[in-house]
Amino acid sequence: MSPEKPQELKKNGLAIFWEEFSRSNFTVIFLAIFTGIFLGGVLVAATTPEVYDAFKVSFFSGIGKAFTTAINTYGALITGAIGNPQKIQAAFASGDALLIRRAINPFFESLVQTTPYIFAGLSVALGFRVGLFNIGAEGQIYIGALTGVWAGYAIPGLPPIIHIPVAMLCGALGGALWGFVPGLLKAKTGAHEVITTIMMNYIAFRLSDWLLKGPMADPNEVTPKTPWILPSAELPQLFEAPIRFHIGFFIALLVAFLVYLLLFKTTWGMELRMVGSNTNAAQYAGINVTSRTVIAMVLAGGLAGLAGANEVLGINHRLIPAFSSGYGFDSIALALLGKSHPLGVVLSALLFGFLRNGARSMQLTVGVPTDIVSILQALILAFIAAPAIIRTIYRLKTPNQNEDIVSLRSWKG
Amino acid sequence: MTISIDTTHAATSKGMRARERRRRLIMGGIFLGAALFIWFVFVANITPGAVTRFLMNPGGASTETADWVFSSGFALNAIAGVLALLGVFQVVRGFGKLTNGILAAVAILFLFGFLTWATSGGQTNLAGLLRVMVVRAVPLTLGALSGILCERSGVVNIGIEGMMLTGAFVSTVFASLSDNLWIGMLSGIIAGGVMGLIHAVLSIKYKINQIISGTVINIFATGITSYLSSKFLQKTAYQFLNEPGMFPQVEIPILSKIPFIGPILFHHNIYVYAMIILVFFLTFMLFKTRWGLRVRAVGEHPKAADTLGINVFKTRYMAVILGGMMAGFAGTYFTLGSSGRFDEVMTAGRGFIGLAAMIFGNYNPIGSMGAGLLFGFFDSLSVKASLLQVPLPSEFLGMVPYLATIIVLAGVVGKGHIPAADGEPYEKE
Repeated sequence: MSPEKPQELKKNGLAIFWEEFSRSNFTVIFLAIFTGIFLGGVLVAATTPEVYDAFKVSFFSGIGKAFTTAINTYGALITGAIGNPQKIQAAFASGDALLIRRAINPFFESLVQTTPYIFAGLSVALGFRVGLFNIGAEGQIYIGALTGVWAGYAIPGLPPIIHIPVAMLCGALGGALWGFVPGLLKAKTGAHEVITTIMMNYIAFRLSDWLLKGPMADPNEVTPKTPWILPSAELPQLFEAPIRFHIGFFIALLVAFLVYLLLFKTTWGMELRMVGSNTNAAQYAGINVTSRTVIAMVLAGGLAGLAGANEVLGINHRLIPAFSSGYGFDSIALALLGKSHPLGVVLSALLFGFLRNGARSMQLTVGVPTDIVSILQALILAFIAAPAIIRTIYRLKTPNQNEDIVSLRSWKG
Repeated sequence: MTISIDTTHAATSKGMRARERRRRLIMGGIFLGAALFIWFVFVANITPGAVTRFLMNPGGASTETADWVFSSGFALNAIAGVLALLGVFQVVRGFGKLTNGILAAVAILFLFGFLTWATSGGQTNLAGLLRVMVVRAVPLTLGALSGILCERSGVVNIGIEGMMLTGAFVSTVFASLSDNLWIGMLSGIIAGGVMGLIHAVLSIKYKINQIISGTVINIFATGITSYLSSKFLQKTAYQFLNEPGMFPQVEIPILSKIPFIGPILFHHNIYVYAMIILVFFLTFMLFKTRWGLRVRAVGEHPKAADTLGINVFKTRYMAVILGGMMAGFAGTYFTLGSSGRFDEVMTAGRGFIGLAAMIFGNYNPIGSMGAGLLFGFFDSLSVKASLLQVPLPSEFLGMVPYLATIIVLAGVVGKGHIPAADGEPYEKE
């Protein structure tokens, strides 16, 4: 990152974002996503037996079949993510409220999937800004869900206006605790946060297995589950069933804005970023690197904890084993794609949320497994992280400035 | 300038002596703590006169060994006494270079004490427990060896999990198609090598952050194996792709007849023997050959190595590809050596425990096998947790490897040796 000039502090967030965005080269990001999607399409076509049958007929019919297969797959993905326009039109024409809700449900369901991505993406992005690699978002999500759901069912007699914030806060605190341990170890002993957060992930999984079977189990259930949370802790849903869209999405946007304010509008945030971009300079400038490292991991953990609490308070209303299914790991790719900027995180969270939701109905309609989304994410991540590949493929000019997407402290801290 | 260097040097050696002293005291404290723990927790919680009965024959063994029955209280007191003596000696004099070995002995004694206590008044199949421990250690140790190959050359590899998964998948398909386990194994190794090559290209050629590169490998491998598996392998029409078969158990003549030890160590399929051979082979290669010296030089000080005419890039490429092949081999264990079929995400985090075993074993093959066996022991114990006489949730036993790794990383028992250039891309000038 270039040294901050005084007048830059006066710029608004959009300008900062745009500056970093354009410096990183919009073309590369676009081409990275495009290439990822293209290769995904090739993979889908290459794994469809009908395509090979068509190739037996003639080369061009094979190519045509491959092309239509890929188009159909992505068509199903998009329809699954935003809804079928014809159905929506027909539903509005009929005027039946339930039909309308069903038709527009895919779009809102995508936003539901986006919400935990925003929280978890902010968690990883905040870590990157401070030069820390938080691979532990997944474990922090689990702990946040555990503490959030506990506050949801174990504290009776509160009105929603108090119960909801308390439960969310409990989730954040649980995640923060899970971030605090690696942060403290990193700051005090130099134990690398990548390894410690991976280990903390697995401790969190085991702990939640045990809690769900034992202390937090619902006595009326045979399988390990927690009791239902009280209605006063449920995040209000804005529409009737089947739409599950709840206010968590707006909380996520608010938190993203707060993270932006913290990072770019406060001295404190500037110090955090300074620790990230040049630890030695920060130390020389009198910033307490130790405390900033711990604080950053606590905040990152808290954000991921919110993702967990959001899921149990807004969607599941209870905790079941293995509920998160990879939000934490996906968010690493997401944060990098979003240039570790809150606005970028929100945008890429939308992309990931729509992909994830679309993939589910894609699997139902055209039989392509949802795992194609992971492949897309891995490809996009690789191309974003190594722009030189994209430049080589598309014969782009090499820029003068450094293209490192993230500056991390050395392996040994 | 000269003066400042001198003072730093003096300060370093002084600091080192202080650190050594601190380490000596902490170690002694751990030994004494283990002794006290046995006295106050284990001995205090057994019924007087209770006996511990260990069964000494794993299921299906061809030898017969009599059960081992002894007084729990006496055994525990004896173990605690030995630990206390070791602790006192460590605090007063210190074992010096032997400290790590003594620590391992203390850990084994302590675990034996734990088992004695947990079995007191009942019985445990000790031989079965240890046999499963050896089996469970295989993927962890092989994963650790993969990590060692990469990291000794200066490339961090957190993609072991993904490389393993790829090896597992590819070996299943090729073994099923060719109806030949060796072809399956070879294909898994090659597939792991290809993943290693991708990791190498991304992190050595394109110099992207090695953690990110490893993450790409993990996400991609999970995605593509699950994709292909649910598209083909799990479908009835393609079931023939998921029937690779398994390597049979090979009984080593004479050695397998040794009472107790024979069935535990010398009656397995080839993966256990391969693990033991590879550990010693890699130790020899790394520390006794010119190739090993080059790999380590590149991992410690690439610039110096380059100056001496070692091709840093080539050495790293080779090490990372070999590391990938090792992880691919570890992956084939899951399908060809353990379950005989491929299931989605079947490695279940073993690659990450392998990474932990590497750190625990201080980037050393033999140490990593020790760590792999230790973690394998807890794995094996957590399966049998319900059979023990004490209520101990299997989840907590499952946590031990991760907690232990965090403790090691935090430097409580002394800082390990991380290759100096680990994780840093090399820029040729």
